[in-house]
Amino acid sequence: MKGLLLACAALVSLPSIAQAETIAITGGKVVIGDGSAPIENGTVVFRDGRVVAAGKGIAIPVGARTIDAQGKWVTPGLVAGFSRLGLVGIDAVDQTNDSVARTSPFGAAIDVAPAINPDVAAIGVSRVAGITRAIVAPETAQSMFAGQGAVIDTGIDADAVTRPRAFQFVEFGEAGAQEAGGSKAAAHVYFRNALAEVRDYMAGSRAVPSPHESLLKRPDMAALVPVLNGQKKLLVHVESAPDILAVLNLKREFSKLDLVLVGASEGWRVASQIAAANVPVIASALNDLPENFEQLGATQSSIGRMKAAGVKVAIGMINDNDSRQAQYSAQYAGNLVALTRVPGASGLSWDAAFAAITSKPAEIIGMAGEIGVLKSGARADVVLWDSDPLELSALVTAVWIDGVPQSLTNRQTRLRDRYRVPTEGALPKAYDR
Amino acid sequence: MRQNTGFLVLASSLVLAGCATVKQPAKTVSTEAAVKPVKVDKNPYPSTYKPYAGVPTLLRNVTIFDGEGGRIDNGSVLFADGKVKLVGGAITDADIPADAITIDGAGKFVTPGIIDIHSHLGDYPSPGVDANSDGNEATSPTTPEVWAEHSVWPQDPGFSRALANGGITSLQILPGSANLMGGRSVVLKNVYSRTMQGMKFPGAPYGMKMACGENPKRVYGAKGRMPSTRMGNLAVNRQTWIKAQDYKKKRDSGKEYTRDVGMDTLAGVLDGDIKIQNHCYRADEMAIVIDMSKEFGYKVAAFHHAVESYKIADLLKENGICSAVWADWWGFKMESYDAIPENAGILQNAGACVIIHSDDANQIQRLNQEAAKALADGRRLGFNISDATAISWLTYNPAKALGISDMTGSLKPGKMADIVLWNGNPLSVYSRPDKVWVDGALLFDAADPKRRPVSDFELGQPGEGDVK
Repeated sequence: MKGLLLACAALVSLPSIAQAETIAITGGKVVIGDGSAPIENGTVVFRDGRVVAAGKGIAIPVGARTIDAQGKWVTPGLVAGFSRLGLVGIDAVDQTNDSVARTSPFGAAIDVAPAINPDVAAIGVSRVAGITRAIVAPETAQSMFAGQGAVIDTGIDADAVTRPRAFQFVEFGEAGAQEAGGSKAAAHVYFRNALAEVRDYMAGSRAVPSPHESLLKRPDMAALVPVLNGQKKLLVHVESAPDILAVLNLKREFSKLDLVLVGASEGWRVASQIAAANVPVIASALNDLPENFEQLGATQSSIGRMKAAGVKVAIGMINDNDSRQAQYSAQYAGNLVALTRVPGASGLSWDAAFAAITSKPAEIIGMAGEIGVLKSGARADVVLWDSDPLELSALVTAVWIDGVPQSLTNRQTRLRDRYRVPTEGALPKAYDR
Repeated sequence: MRQNTGFLVLASSLVLAGCATVKQPAKTVSTEAAVKPVKVDKNPYPSTYKPYAGVPTLLRNVTIFDGEGGRIDNGSVLFADGKVKLVGGAITDADIPADAITIDGAGKFVTPGIIDIHSHLGDYPSPGVDANSDGNEATSPTTPEVWAEHSVWPQDPGFSRALANGGITSLQILPGSANLMGGRSVVLKNVYSRTMQGMKFPGAPYGMKMACGENPKRVYGAKGRMPSTRMGNLAVNRQTWIKAQDYKKKRDSGKEYTRDVGMDTLAGVLDGDIKIQNHCYRADEMAIVIDMSKEFGYKVAAFHHAVESYKIADLLKENGICSAVWADWWGFKMESYDAIPENAGILQNAGACVIIHSDDANQIQRLNQEAAKALADGRRLGFNISDATAISWLTYNPAKALGISDMTGSLKPGKMADIVLWNGNPLSVYSRPDKVWVDGALLFDAADPKRRPVSDFELGQPGEGDVK
């Protein structure tokens, strides 16, 4: 963000001030985001785009600008745990939809970073809902490997990519089977062959199969090198309990794989195995329909049960309006709290639910302490709310990203303001702006 | 979860399926035998729904949203024999039947059963495999001859989730939106049955689904046939209405005429017996449809997915047309790009009729939450909208637009005892149904696993009987 802001001549003086300034938000109910309880009358101090301190009894630095947050909640910005945010303008308008490449010859090599478009309306809609970062993955098309996803911010500036090529995304389960030729068995062969080709590729040119012999293109192999050697996370979409176990078994053959499960609607059925394998999950929160034969056991209690079994779990929204409704994250988290009051159901405490949309996705994607938490050294993504952020009536009243204050207007608020009174006045609505 | 597309994706995949396997059936439904009908049976697939047994029940110490915008704090609701008996603050012992059970609901809330005016449960059931995809007869741009009830699979697991999580007691199942005239809808009680007829809401009028905009022109334009434009949409509609007027004239003349299943439905609309439920996103298109309805003499009950209603709230109020809307769906297709979360609030403030609908097997489980979001967004504009009014968006207003408000949709003596007891304010994310009664029968009880339906499909499969 900083680079771009400095590049905007007209704005140079403003953000410089914002960057240099020390801001202390006082008197609010502070949520750290790490699963600890909210702190009444807490303080959050940030400077140069980073959190200096947050909590109770924090000294306010001399010269700090103080913002009174009495009666308000102060939280880290929410992290959309799995999304396609920034890749899609309008889903059904193909030219604006960069989430999938149906006829590309490449798979694993695809890198969403240059396609992230901070101008899509979904970024502005997410920002006013308190989402400040998102984990963004491509979709698969020709290969079970979708490509490399990124972590982005939702700031109003043009530089949205926080961490490019943060992970590789692969489809197992029904979708992976489809893309690998038609069966789950074929998907496992395809996957193993791909990593075998990558091994050969790493071993040196002598062993690299000719393009005629290999299934992967060279850029795909190159992209998978850090996956095979465990330097890059491999996010795996899988839903059913048997498919989850088959994916966990991959670690026996490829011990360095840094696996993260995505979706996992039946994760509760094999929660202890997931916990034992020490594999975290970015899970769908409210999937509770047997929408297909790999989700027969889907239940809203899945996350609660996985958490209880010791699985590290965050909320994500795979295939659930993931291009534009990251704003549902807080509502989903709130629903998991609701489950704690339903006999027989498993949910999350408020503190754990809030962590599932802030620090947990950050930790799972390898950015612990960097985003999704109000701790010293973290990026100053700070949100002020007028009330409980998981409640349906909560309103975001201020957002900072990397310490930079953000606009809370977007296309929707402009339309709203134009049509607050629907009838036309002295001039057509087109003149009302 | 499915992506919310207003059945865009499903519609297009269905079209392919239709091309591959279905011969054009367009005219085969017209009976060729030109016998003079003595009397047309308007109800050939009648409801066999019968209320299940209930016990007289008194809910006391509850906060009541009556569905018509009323709120009673610390109130009581008494129901017996499947009907609401008394609602209010002061119910005396003399009013209470000797065999009544009393539930003390301190901290709990009572609403009428929730009604979803726009659902495809049963027609697009779970699992959403091709073999179950029965919601769009996308083989002709006008298929008034199809009836959604003939696709309803009464074993859809979605009905149980809608009951347990959403407190849904009645719902309208509509054909999809691939066609300009998609066919008849059916109103169901959300009570499992072996047959569709066993779920049919007794006495509910039929509806007919129409669709504006992108879907019909895309589906048929892609086949190289009319309509491929919005003007084509209107042209096909108008030609069809002219035929319907002609048919009605012949039918009403008392002379011999050849029955046509589709024309029966359109004539039923012109008679005022069948309600038009019109999928329409854009304000300008709604305005054109309003004029078309006047041109041919019918009335639109509700515009569904009406994301731009806020732009013409005054026009909708003037014409007495409800807007069935989402709280915050937007941007999934071009015609949903101008959706704003204040849509419902602006409509309410203008005095127009608001309904919150789902069109989705997931969000039907949280219509109360969708209403809460829309309410909060409306209040932020400074509009004074009560909690009780927001509840009317899910109860009395959809009942009115479906023509069943004399039977359900509010807690008034004599009406069906379709009732939800919530474990907190239903406008809070932290609240869920505690108990749901349909016609006075307890069909969901959070505290009793035996009062939780499991469809045939789920029996013996992973997660069966799990608290979903």
